[in-house]
Amino acid sequence: MKEKSFDVVVIGGGVTGCAIARELSRYNLNTCVVEREEDVCSGTSKANSAIVHAGHDAAPGSLKAKFNVEGNRMMGDLAEELDFEFKRNGSLVLCFAEEDRPALEELYQKGVKNGVPELKIITGDEVRAMEPNVSDKVVAALYAPTGGIVCPFGLTIALAENACDNGVEFIFNTEIKNIKKTQCGYELEADEMLLKAPYVVNAAGVYADVIHNMVSEKKLHITPRKGDYCLLDKEAGNHVSHTIFQLPGKLGKGILVTPTIHGNLLTGPTAKDIEDKEATATTARELAEITEKASISVKDIPFRLVITSFCGLRAHEDGDDFVIGEAEDAPGFFDAAGIESPGLTSAPAIGVYVADLVAEKAGAGKKENWNGKRKGFIRPEKMTREERAALIKEHPEYGTIICRCEGVSEGEIVDAINRTLGAVSLDGIKRRVRQGMGRCQAGFCTPRTMEILARERNMKMEDICKNAPGSNMLTGQK
Amino acid sequence: MEVRELICIGCPLGCPLTVKMDGENIEVSGNTCKRGDDYARKEVLSPTRIVTSTVHVTGGAIEMVSVKTKTDIPKDKIFAIMDEIRKVTVEAPVSIGDVIIDNCAGTGVPVIATKDVAKA
Amino acid sequence: MSNHDIVIIGGGPAGLAAAVAARKAGIQDILILERDSCLGGILNQCIHNGFGLHTFKEELTGPEYAARYIKMAEEEKIPYKLNTMVIDINRDKEITAINREDGLIVIKAKAIILAMGCRERPRGALNIPGYRPAGIYSAGTAQRLMNIEGYSVGKEVVILGSGDIGLIMARRMTLEGAKVKVVAELMPYSGGLKRNIVQCLDDYGIPLKLSHTVVNIEGKERVTGITLAEVGPDRKPIPGTEEHYSCDTLLLSVGLIPENELTKSIGVSMSRVTSGPEVNDQLETSAEGVFACGNVLHVHDLVDYVSEEAALAGTNAAAYVKAGEKKEGHVVALKAENGVRYTVPQTLDINNMQEKVTVRFRVADVYKDRYISVYYDGVQVSKRKKKVLAPGEMEQVVLKKDSFAGCPELKNIVICTEVE
Repeated sequence: MKEKSFDVVVIGGGVTGCAIARELSRYNLNTCVVEREEDVCSGTSKANSAIVHAGHDAAPGSLKAKFNVEGNRMMGDLAEELDFEFKRNGSLVLCFAEEDRPALEELYQKGVKNGVPELKIITGDEVRAMEPNVSDKVVAALYAPTGGIVCPFGLTIALAENACDNGVEFIFNTEIKNIKKTQCGYELEADEMLLKAPYVVNAAGVYADVIHNMVSEKKLHITPRKGDYCLLDKEAGNHVSHTIFQLPGKLGKGILVTPTIHGNLLTGPTAKDIEDKEATATTARELAEITEKASISVKDIPFRLVITSFCGLRAHEDGDDFVIGEAEDAPGFFDAAGIESPGLTSAPAIGVYVADLVAEKAGAGKKENWNGKRKGFIRPEKMTREERAALIKEHPEYGTIICRCEGVSEGEIVDAINRTLGAVSLDGIKRRVRQGMGRCQAGFCTPRTMEILARERNMKMEDICKNAPGSNMLTGQK
Repeated sequence: MEVRELICIGCPLGCPLTVKMDGENIEVSGNTCKRGDDYARKEVLSPTRIVTSTVHVTGGAIEMVSVKTKTDIPKDKIFAIMDEIRKVTVEAPVSIGDVIIDNCAGTGVPVIATKDVAKA
Repeated sequence: MSNHDIVIIGGGPAGLAAAVAARKAGIQDILILERDSCLGGILNQCIHNGFGLHTFKEELTGPEYAARYIKMAEEEKIPYKLNTMVIDINRDKEITAINREDGLIVIKAKAIILAMGCRERPRGALNIPGYRPAGIYSAGTAQRLMNIEGYSVGKEVVILGSGDIGLIMARRMTLEGAKVKVVAELMPYSGGLKRNIVQCLDDYGIPLKLSHTVVNIEGKERVTGITLAEVGPDRKPIPGTEEHYSCDTLLLSVGLIPENELTKSIGVSMSRVTSGPEVNDQLETSAEGVFACGNVLHVHDLVDYVSEEAALAGTNAAAYVKAGEKKEGHVVALKAENGVRYTVPQTLDINNMQEKVTVRFRVADVYKDRYISVYYDGVQVSKRKKKVLAPGEMEQVVLKKDSFAGCPELKNIVICTEVE
């Protein structure tokens, strides 16, 4: 059994845990992130709407409202600092019937109370002028110019890399099975590891209740709320340019239709409360529901261009709000629990808030040499021809295209593997540089990418996994 | 008289064949060419196939060389031939037609390379 | 920027045959751009036999067939660049490509031959529900890992789709010791060649379940099982027909799609049916001097026909380069009707056509005892009886130039199937 001591252990390498870790890295605290999977961004953070919400949905005064609006405000600067892809494409909440206008008006008022800037209600015709493919039935919409789209992998990985570059240790493939309170803090037990720290941050996603309940009598209960999505080919990416919501109902914000930051079209999510925290399987019924309900908002969505579907679990806490702060009966144990939508948007703000709480409690000062900047991936596709020619001359590996559909070169894949917290699995490469994320869904590039991963990491091909250990691609030598 | 319906595998046309067998006397119909007649007679008396596979190469520009049985072999020998092919490794260079295994699995038929592999 | 008479995009069977034919037609300045590390394309991994009966009058394996054409191209000293990816082609026939050695290059061509081939439809295109574990492969990816890299991709296998690659892989994996439990096909007929059903499935007792599809995929890390269900005439699963199969691998052989991203960047008219460009009888797209052949034009069953078609594209591109302009005479539309899904070419110039033009097409369903008929402006000019017509097997009719002698006002040619 390996034993390690830290000042702070953050449980969970999702967007929330990584945002907290990155902010903690400003302080003179020996911090680690412990993650169950082989990489960051492997749970809820990898399978969601990839939306930066404006902040009009949450109840005024709630933590969701507070962190959403604050997170949205922070996202632009953060994207520059950490070099990830983000765009304020604006969002529209559609109202389909005159009798629903009061609900739209109410949403507007909530937004105003929450401090969402530039909100306005526009007419059906104004909506259609902005979005020609929106349904003819739309009578009005709430327009939020500050709504945005982001790469959830890009955001999470950028936060993690920057945290790591500033001294945070990441421990992967390690699931915390039990936590003991001790005289000087907590002992966190995993199968082959014991972590000791005076301060613990619980950012364990759908398992945050389990982790919390290990140390606290004030029990939390998180229900995984399952949502299926369909992702369409880039050919359909211009079908809408704004994020199109439907007026929210009981279970969430309805089915949205949105361009992604990479130019695909995304539709979903469904919303179904389940018990199994691992049940990330899509179902035929829900995939059909997406098609049906997305078509209420937007006409003629070319569903024949679906390239993949996926499922994410939102961590819905019974109190219907984020649970953030020090547990009442567990000093030094901080929750960032129940982080469902708008969790991705809120993460940067939650990060600052929780890190400051921990640092204050620990009496930690700030580092002098902290560097909040992180350089993202070189993206030859975004360069001018001259720049690209010069890049290949200097680094020939950028001249070999591996993933044809997304135009990803060997150079980008090597970068994904060899940089800070580099990818160890095929999905890790995919989330960093989009290899295999295009229309052929890795048909052509899988063997080549496996070879590169094996070469760079000095692994055997048979040991290469799609993601977590056990997800081996091959079953042996022929 | 016994009658069997076959699909010719001689070429991609896949002609539906009818074979009438009356003792020594075999009558084939439905074929478009002589290959169909040959195939049908063989298929009812002693069916044969060509086996193709790959063999690991050492010191070559690529990992594997593709191989085949030079001619068709009795169908019931397919797995015996595969067992032998699986045991073999060849050294580069390899040329198309090179004998990889002589008299494979006692069939009298060699397994030959179907690809050129240069030295690394 | 460098200049060439003919640039061929793709060094697979289509690109090679086009190059050889263009050289034989007298064009010296030819360049092949190939994205892979060797010529021959997908044939390199198709180690089974059955290629070349038409072209070479003998039965070859894929690598042998490729080697014959590579040898011809080498004998003709046709230059090629490997590991070179074309990233853009514009209407002025300027090709942008990248590779390690040259960096980013721009090549201007007098004529371009598109020969990029096709890709496999992935799981996502079918929207199969379930988990997303390792062990789900398109059949061609598995074929490459086995035949080129020498690895085993699975031990217990279910195959969805009865396309030829799926059938070939069923046999291949069986020979390598895997247990192929079933091949399921959504349609009531197989998408592959009949002979492949016989020699890849029947020979090894692998069941083929028609009108079945995968309705669930299980397994968090690696596939642990799948559920099959029968589908009704609407191709939707019938509740209550579900059957569970434990397996560690699901291979998909559910269709091929011509790879036309570059073609689209030129802005040529595309066919919704073939997913390839529309071409005239010269195999020229709507962009003058840009020709297409092989699987990028429409998906073929047989490489022999790819070679034949590509040679024609090469010859025609050579003629275009020599003439320096496009001749346009009396252009007639070819229409596919009554069970014929499409034709390639889509138009015919009855003044400037070759003595004979082969029109290739596929039918929409399995038909028995039907005629393939040709009509010129509503008048039947030929009919040929076929015992069986199937969507998985490409058909053809040959139109002769002299048959148009009496039709100076001809507007359209219809190719259709007819019952007696």
